[in-house]
Amino acid sequence: MSQTRRPPPRSVFASLVLIAVVIGGGAAAFAYTAGWLSPQRLTPDKLVDAFTPPTGEPLGHRKNHAKGICFTGTFEANGAGSELSYAQAFTRGQYPVLGRFNLGTPDPNAPDATVRVRGMGLQISTPDGQEWRSAMINAPAFPVSTPQAFYELLLASASKDPNAMKTFAGAHPEIGAFGAWASSGPWTGSYAEERYNGLNSFVFTNSSGAEQTVRWSLLPAAQPVPVSPDELAKRGPSFLEQEITERVRGGPLRWTMVVTVANPGDPSADPSKAWPDDRRTIEVGTLIVQQIEAERDGPCRDINFDPTVLPAGVRTSDDPFPAARSSAYAKSYDRRTAEAKYYPRTATDPKP
Amino acid sequence: MIGDSLRFTPLQRLLHWVMAMLVLAMLFIGVGMVSTVMPKYLTLVSIHKPLGIAILVLALIRLVVRLRYGTPPLPPDLPEPMKLAAYLSHYALYILMIGMPLIGWAMLSAAAYPVVLYGSVHLPAILPQSDSLHAVLWNAHFYLAFAFFALILMHIAAALFHALVRRDGVFESMASVSTGDKVVPAE
Repeated sequence: MSQTRRPPPRSVFASLVLIAVVIGGGAAAFAYTAGWLSPQRLTPDKLVDAFTPPTGEPLGHRKNHAKGICFTGTFEANGAGSELSYAQAFTRGQYPVLGRFNLGTPDPNAPDATVRVRGMGLQISTPDGQEWRSAMINAPAFPVSTPQAFYELLLASASKDPNAMKTFAGAHPEIGAFGAWASSGPWTGSYAEERYNGLNSFVFTNSSGAEQTVRWSLLPAAQPVPVSPDELAKRGPSFLEQEITERVRGGPLRWTMVVTVANPGDPSADPSKAWPDDRRTIEVGTLIVQQIEAERDGPCRDINFDPTVLPAGVRTSDDPFPAARSSAYAKSYDRRTAEAKYYPRTATDPKP
Repeated sequence: MIGDSLRFTPLQRLLHWVMAMLVLAMLFIGVGMVSTVMPKYLTLVSIHKPLGIAILVLALIRLVVRLRYGTPPLPPDLPEPMKLAAYLSHYALYILMIGMPLIGWAMLSAAAYPVVLYGSVHLPAILPQSDSLHAVLWNAHFYLAFAFFALILMHIAAALFHALVRRDGVFESMASVSTGDKVVPAE
């Protein structure tokens, strides 16, 4: 390669400038994509940070629904769901289940009677290798319509401004349905007496390719007995875990899984809006909870109940929440697995 | 090794440019998906996984092709530090092209997430569930992605330096899409 082909110095300078522009442009495009140039972007980190209680982030625990207890059991499909989805979980049969009863709080030590929202994480595994994960709560509607509004709700509820919640509710009247349930809905003394609602909508596809937008709920076989929060407060900080452990020791517990099919035009993208009561519902099977295990070394501890882990035959709809939940749950999982040394892994571990 | 040609073989050039697009897309998808909670998060994740496996497969093919056909020699007058940088950066690029998809796959396995390629097509777990392994692999996947992108920027800068400043034929050994194997004599 001859020296005569080398460019003159001015051209060298121009070439170096061009190279710098290309590299700088590439780096800037990457930074933009990463959100570093967009401080307003709602990132999974921001959403998870917004859950941090005033006492600080409980290291090693889920960043929300931090207090819970594992269960195992069976989902007994009755076959009726096959009309809606070709997922094997709806084919008549019994499929192993792993789940977690939990409280909607970022504080793993919150007294049970202080937490309004109770939840259930569920994973159904089928022989075809597919998994269906879901995380449901006992509220009949979600507080807000969008992930952005949910983030603002978290900021408002953590705000020192005494009017923050009032201002938020004024801007987001959809919180009314959740608020009405939270303030005047009954409390019960048991995880077994709760109805767990998926709230988010999903799309079921059946074997002929027909699609339906649906929501699902688990209805308890146990009769709910209303108990006042004051009465519950007397039962000890972890009465729910003790009660469910004893109850299951006495025999398996059952919930009926009910799928509600949307009519055209129903608000599928907004979990704060319940669908009218006359919508078609189909009982697709029974969840049978057979064994309770402590979370500390239980099988649910390291499971992320990501609601977008779905079997073929079920997919996300235009509801924006499953994506937001998936991204935030992954962030929570990434953080708590990195913090695992802070988590009390055995019954006698003194860590909080 | 057939290392005396002045250019990479047409197959090597094809693999290079296809993978260049895929790897760049992969890095942008990766850094973008972890920055958003919007529905595009799920779309990006659903592309990220099969694309990573595609890159793994192509990188392994490419490695075999490279071992079989070798590379054109670097210009004899290239300064030793630049030669060293060229060798080391290419080792690093191959390690990352093969390593990143494996780390991602292992990370999902350690978290007990299903590794979904498309619809009901899943890959098996390659590690048992383990929170400590997940944490290590997550960190590796995250930080190596930035190292990978930085290395690609250096690779592009070096390629342009060869093309525009040194004009020594190194850029042309990979750049041309024509199937001929001869470069036009310099003089």
